[in-house]
Amino acid sequence: MMDRTPLYEEHIRLKGKMVNFAGWEMPLQYGRINEEVMAVRNSVGIFDVSHMGEIYIEGKDAVEFANLLVTNDVESLKNKQICYTPMCYENGTIVDDLLVYKFKERKVLMVVNASNTNKDFEWISSKAKGFDIEILNRSPEIVQIAFQGPKAEAVLSQISQIALPEIHYYHFTEGRINGIRSLVSRTGYTGEDGFEIYIDKDAAIPMWRKLIEIAKQIKGLPCGLATRDILRFECSYMLYGNDIDSTTTPLEAPLKWTVKMNKERFIGKKALEKQIQEGIKRKLIGFEMFDRSIPRHGCKIFQGREEIGYVTSGNHSPTLGKELGMGYVKKQFAKHGTDIEVEIRGKRKKAKIVKLPFYKGSVKS
Amino acid sequence: MKFYTKTHEWIDINGNKAKMGITNHAQKALGDVVFVDLPDVGKELKKGDTIISVESVKAASDVYAPVSGKVIEINETLKEKPELINEDAEGKGWILILECLSNPDTSDLLDEEGYKKIVEVEG
Repeated sequence: MMDRTPLYEEHIRLKGKMVNFAGWEMPLQYGRINEEVMAVRNSVGIFDVSHMGEIYIEGKDAVEFANLLVTNDVESLKNKQICYTPMCYENGTIVDDLLVYKFKERKVLMVVNASNTNKDFEWISSKAKGFDIEILNRSPEIVQIAFQGPKAEAVLSQISQIALPEIHYYHFTEGRINGIRSLVSRTGYTGEDGFEIYIDKDAAIPMWRKLIEIAKQIKGLPCGLATRDILRFECSYMLYGNDIDSTTTPLEAPLKWTVKMNKERFIGKKALEKQIQEGIKRKLIGFEMFDRSIPRHGCKIFQGREEIGYVTSGNHSPTLGKELGMGYVKKQFAKHGTDIEVEIRGKRKKAKIVKLPFYKGSVKS
Repeated sequence: MKFYTKTHEWIDINGNKAKMGITNHAQKALGDVVFVDLPDVGKELKKGDTIISVESVKAASDVYAPVSGKVIEINETLKEKPELINEDAEGKGWILILECLSNPDTSDLLDEEGYKKIVEVEG
């Protein structure tokens, strides 16, 4: 039996096409995927992302402990600030990528991938010895709704008792939206400006319906996971399980900016230090297809006779009207402008390495 | 006369001309079609040749020629609106028209009933 979010019945009511995603029965799409993508790029889109995991770390050593777990610097965050970060194994490969919300010295929230919630909880718990902390997996009680698009702030302000313009990029606050107690952050996975709203599951349906109602005025749409995947892909955000996983390091992925080697210690530091000294052997790159075809996860990448890597994500980009892909290639081939070939269903298709991200939206960064 | 294939194409034969596309069942299985790489007009096709690939968000699917013939018309609208295949696979979402040398061989094509059975078996 698959898990369902508290908004399951709403998805059925909206005629969502339901699919299994990491053990969750989630909407893939409600209508046309391209229309959902355009709604987010031009107006606003609403996503039920309650399948994501929320793990709280509370106690005297909360910040210090979180800082040991992840590669980015949690200690340097101000209260109510957030960072994106990988969490690594000792060998430098990635357990998960997540957001760390710092409430105060004694409390942080980690928002993790649905597919990894249990694994992460176990991993985090296994490292807690000697720290004065409590680790709580509150995922089942929390509903998360992403409200994303260039018009998100203007329209959400109508029902918000919080001054949204005061929430800066990668910051959060607590207050009421539509009268409902919410944690609101200016974060997202779409490349557009917008918010992620965390509420108690009992308030899920009134909040969801209100968000749909206000979005409708500006041609906003509820959006499914297929749309979410295209939006994140166009902006080259990593997808765990596709672009990064327990065989890749943040240095091979374009995540060097999240690895703070000046931190005194963190899990994986030694291995990553070594990788920096020796130099990475492969690198995640973006490419544009010349021959029309969609590269899929796992397709091989060639230059001439030599197999130089593999595709991690690929799609048709509705925003750019092109077929694009990302994948790992041997370091010496990773330069922008390099001609490559991708083997798609037995045929070599021409492509060229291009700069990432493919697209930059209204995100405030 | 309209026929179907086991590989989920439909073909509507009228004398020596045959209009074809993918079935409604196929478009549902494929999901949102994002582009169709149409062949050039004039291309000669043998029965069973791969004519095109239809790419959707989920997967790509090859479309095979149900009969031999020459492409005399392609559905240009699909270049701009590939979603017509999802909206009306067996109508406005037609893919191309073939001209056959003689009356095409339909012996191994399926009628509507026969195709329905295949779809039921595949679920």
